[in-house]
Amino acid sequence: MASRTRGWLAIAAVVATGLLLTFAVQERYHHRVLTLVFLWAAMGLAWNIISGYAGQISFGHQVFFGIGAYVTVLLVVKAGLTPWVGMVVAVGVAVLAAVLIGIPTFRLAGIYFGLATLAYPLIFRIVMDWLGYQEVAIPMKREQPGWFMQFNEPRSFDLLALGVLAATLALSRVIETSRLGYRLRAIRENEQAAEAMGVDSFRCKMAAYMLSAAPAAVVGAVYIHAILFIVTPEAVFGLLVISQTLVVSLVGGAGTLWGPLIGAALMVPVSEILDTTVGDRLPGIQGVVYGAALMLIMLYAPEGLYWRVRQAVRSRAGRGGEAARSVIVAPPADEAVASVATQTVLLQVRGVSKAFIGLQALSDVSFDVREREILGVIGPNGAGKTTLFNVLNGFLIPDRGEVRFLGQPVTGLRPSMLCARGVGRTFQVVRTFPHLTVLENVMVGAFARDAAVSRAGAAAMAALARVALADRAEAFPGGLTTLELRLMELARCLATAPRLVLLDEPLAGLSADGIDVMIAMIRRVRAGGVTVVIIEHTMQALLRLADRLIVLDQGRRLAEGAPGQVTQDPGVIEAYLGKRWLARLAAR
Amino acid sequence: MALAELVQYVATGLLVGGVYALMSIGLALIFGVMRVVNFAQGDFMMLGMYLTYFYAISGSIDPLLGALLTIPPFFVLGWIVHRGLLARVTGGGDPQRQMDAQLVLTLGLSLVITNATTMILTPTPLGIRTGYATQAFALGPVLLNQARSYAFAMALVLAAAVYVFLTRTDLGKALRASADDPEAASYQGIDVRAMHGLAFGIGIALVAAAGGLLATYYPIEPTVAGNFIVLMFVAVVLGGLGSIPGAFVGGLVIGLVQSLTLLVLPFQLQNTGVFIVFLLVLYLRPQGLFGRRARTV
Repeated sequence: MASRTRGWLAIAAVVATGLLLTFAVQERYHHRVLTLVFLWAAMGLAWNIISGYAGQISFGHQVFFGIGAYVTVLLVVKAGLTPWVGMVVAVGVAVLAAVLIGIPTFRLAGIYFGLATLAYPLIFRIVMDWLGYQEVAIPMKREQPGWFMQFNEPRSFDLLALGVLAATLALSRVIETSRLGYRLRAIRENEQAAEAMGVDSFRCKMAAYMLSAAPAAVVGAVYIHAILFIVTPEAVFGLLVISQTLVVSLVGGAGTLWGPLIGAALMVPVSEILDTTVGDRLPGIQGVVYGAALMLIMLYAPEGLYWRVRQAVRSRAGRGGEAARSVIVAPPADEAVASVATQTVLLQVRGVSKAFIGLQALSDVSFDVREREILGVIGPNGAGKTTLFNVLNGFLIPDRGEVRFLGQPVTGLRPSMLCARGVGRTFQVVRTFPHLTVLENVMVGAFARDAAVSRAGAAAMAALARVALADRAEAFPGGLTTLELRLMELARCLATAPRLVLLDEPLAGLSADGIDVMIAMIRRVRAGGVTVVIIEHTMQALLRLADRLIVLDQGRRLAEGAPGQVTQDPGVIEAYLGKRWLARLAAR
Repeated sequence: MALAELVQYVATGLLVGGVYALMSIGLALIFGVMRVVNFAQGDFMMLGMYLTYFYAISGSIDPLLGALLTIPPFFVLGWIVHRGLLARVTGGGDPQRQMDAQLVLTLGLSLVITNATTMILTPTPLGIRTGYATQAFALGPVLLNQARSYAFAMALVLAAAVYVFLTRTDLGKALRASADDPEAASYQGIDVRAMHGLAFGIGIALVAAAGGLLATYYPIEPTVAGNFIVLMFVAVVLGGLGSIPGAFVGGLVIGLVQSLTLLVLPFQLQNTGVFIVFLLVLYLRPQGLFGRRARTV
C-alpha cells in the first residue's frame, strides 16, 4: 500500500528534521527548548492514544508521567539503579497502575470518566507528600554520567528526547493503522454501534490506556533528568503537566499523530521564549498563554489545527465537483427464492420479560427463529420491538426469561460477544461512525472476523459490493442519502459474517423505490444463507417480505404465523385499527 | 474516644461543609442547566475572596457583608463570560464532544485567571482580620469558631434563597424547565440562551459569595482555587450531577468527611478521605445520591 509507506516516510522525515535541528543548534538554551518540544510532543502523543483515538478524555494523565519520574529517581536514590533500567521498571509500574485505574474507571462513561481521572494524580500528590517525598533530588554521579543519564552535553538530551518521540510516533502509527486503531476510533464515534459490531469496548479502551501509560512514564523519567533534576509532587502530578499535555494535543488536533507534534512545535517555543524574556517580571505568563491557547482553539477550531488545515486543503482540492454517483437500483429478483427456511431452530426466546421504571416493556415473550427464514416483528409504536432487539443482541439484560442461540444460552452476554457468535444488528436510527469513511465503517464490522487490516478491507469492500455501494467507499457518512446509509449499515452488519441479522426498521424514511431496493437486498441476504429478523410497523412492506410474522402489543406476543393468517387475526386488527374497525368488519 | 470529641469533629465538619455546599450549588446549577462542567468555578471563588478583601481594606466593609456585595458584580461577570465564551461553543454537534470542548474552554479560563491574578496581585497570601475569626461559641464542651459559624449561617440563608427562587418564582421555574428539556422549554417561549446566561451568572455569583465567606477564616491567594475545585466536583458528583439539593448535601458530606478523616489519618492525608469517597461514589452509584440514571439505546 502506497499510503502505508508514505506514513512511515513522513515519520522518518520528522525524525531527520529533529536530528538536523539537534546538530544545527549551538546554544544551551536552544537545546533545552528543543528537548522540551520533543518531550511534550511525546507526552501529547501518549495522551492522544486514549483520549484522541479512543475519545476517553483523561484529565489525569500526568499520573503516569509522575510515576515515571518518581519510580526512576527513587530507584537511583534508594538502590543506585541506573535510570536506563529504572525507566523500564517505571513503565511496568505505570502500566500496572493503568490496569488498576482502568478496571473501575472504564465502567464510567463520558464526563464521569473525565472527572474520575482528575482524582488519581491528586491522591498521588497527597500520598507522596505524606511519604516524605516532597523533594527528591537526583544524586550527582560524576564518575559515570552517561550511565546515570546525567549528560554534560545538552545535545545528548536532545537525542534522548528525540528517541522517545520517535518511538512514540512509531507506536502511534502502529496503533493508527491496526485493528485496534480502527476499533478505538469506532468507540469514540459511537460506542454502542461499535459494541454491536463485535468491538469489546472495555478491552480496547484498556489496551489503549496501557499503551498510553507507557510512553507517558518514559517522558516523565527523561523530563526529570533533562530539565527538573528534582522531583516534587506539584511538578510532576500538578495541573500544569496536564495543561501542557492538553495544549499541545488540542491545539495541534487530537486523534492523529500529527496533532501533538504540530502543537508542541508551535506552543513550546512560544511559551519558553515568553518565560525567558518576561517570565521574571510576570511569573505565570506561561499559564496565561496556555490557558489563552486552550480557549482560543476551543472557540475557533475545536478540532485542532491539523484537521482544520486538512479540511481546508481537501475542500479546495474537491471543488472540481463530485464524481457522478450511480443510481442504486434493485438487484435482479432471480435470487429471491420463495421460502427457503429450514426447520432448524437458530434462536429460541423463552419467557423474556423486561420492565423499565413503571413500564413493562416486554412481558413473557416466547418464540423461535428458524434458520434461513425472514421473520417479521410488527406492532404499534411502543409495543416493545426495539426493547426485544436490545435484549436479543445484549444491550439489555432481561429481568426474566432466556435466550438461546444455536442451543447455547446467551442471556446476559455483551453485544460484542453475541456479534462474535454470529448475531448482527442494525439500528432504527442509523448509527454511523461519522469521521470514518464508508469503507472504514464497514471494516469495523469486518474486523470481527479478521484482524488483518488488508483482509478486513477486502471483506468490507466485498460487503459494500453486495449492497451496491462500492462506489461510495471513500465517502463519509455525512454525504450519504438515507437509502445509502441504511445500505451501509447493512453492509457493516454483513461484514461481521453473521448467521442472524436483526434489522430495526430498515425501511423507515425510504422512498417507494428505496423500499424496493432494500427489500430486494434483504431477500438477497437471506438467499446468501443468513437468517433475518426484521422490525417494521408498516404492515404493507412486511407482508411482501416476511415468511412469518410475530405481532407484539404492549410488550406481549399477540399473534404469530404466516402473514396472511396473522392479518386476519381479530386481536391484531384490534390492536392496529381499534375495536370499532373490528365491529365494522364483523358487520360486513 | 470521648463523645464530646466526636461531636466537636462533626460540628466543625458541618460548619465548613456549609460553605462547600454554597459553592457546590453554584457548580450544580451551571451543570444542571447548561450541561457544562465549569473548571473555572474555583477561580471565580478566588476572585470573590479578593473582592471581599478589597471591600474590607478600602471600604472597611465587614467580610460577611462584603461576601453579599460580591453577588451583583459577579452575576454580571458570569453573564458576560457566558455570552462571550461559553455560548460560542454551545449548540450543534455531538453533545459529548461539545461537553469536552466546554470543559477544556473553562480549564483554559481557569489557567488564565489563576496566572493573571498571580501576575497582577503577586502570589503573597492575604488575610482579612476580623474580631470574630479567633473567637468561639461554646456549646457545653463543644467549641464553634465564630467566623465559621457566621459563614455557615449565611451560606444556609443564600442556599435557601436560591431554593425559593428556583421553586417559587416564574423565572426559577423557567430555568428549571430549560434544564429538564431545552427544546420543549423553547417551544413554550422560554429563551433558553438567556436562561443559560442567568444560570451561569447565578452560579458564579454564588461561588464568589462563598469565597467571600471563606475569606473570613481562610488565607487568600491566587492558587487557592486548586484546593477547592476538586472538593466542589466531589460534592456535585456525590449529590448527583446537576441536582441542587444533592450538591448542598454533598457539600455538607465533604466537610464531614474531611473533618472525620482527621480522626484516623494524619493532617496531610485529610483530602484522601474525600477522594476515596468520590471514587467510591463514582464506581458504586455514578448517578449520585440524588440523581436518577437515564440511559437510552
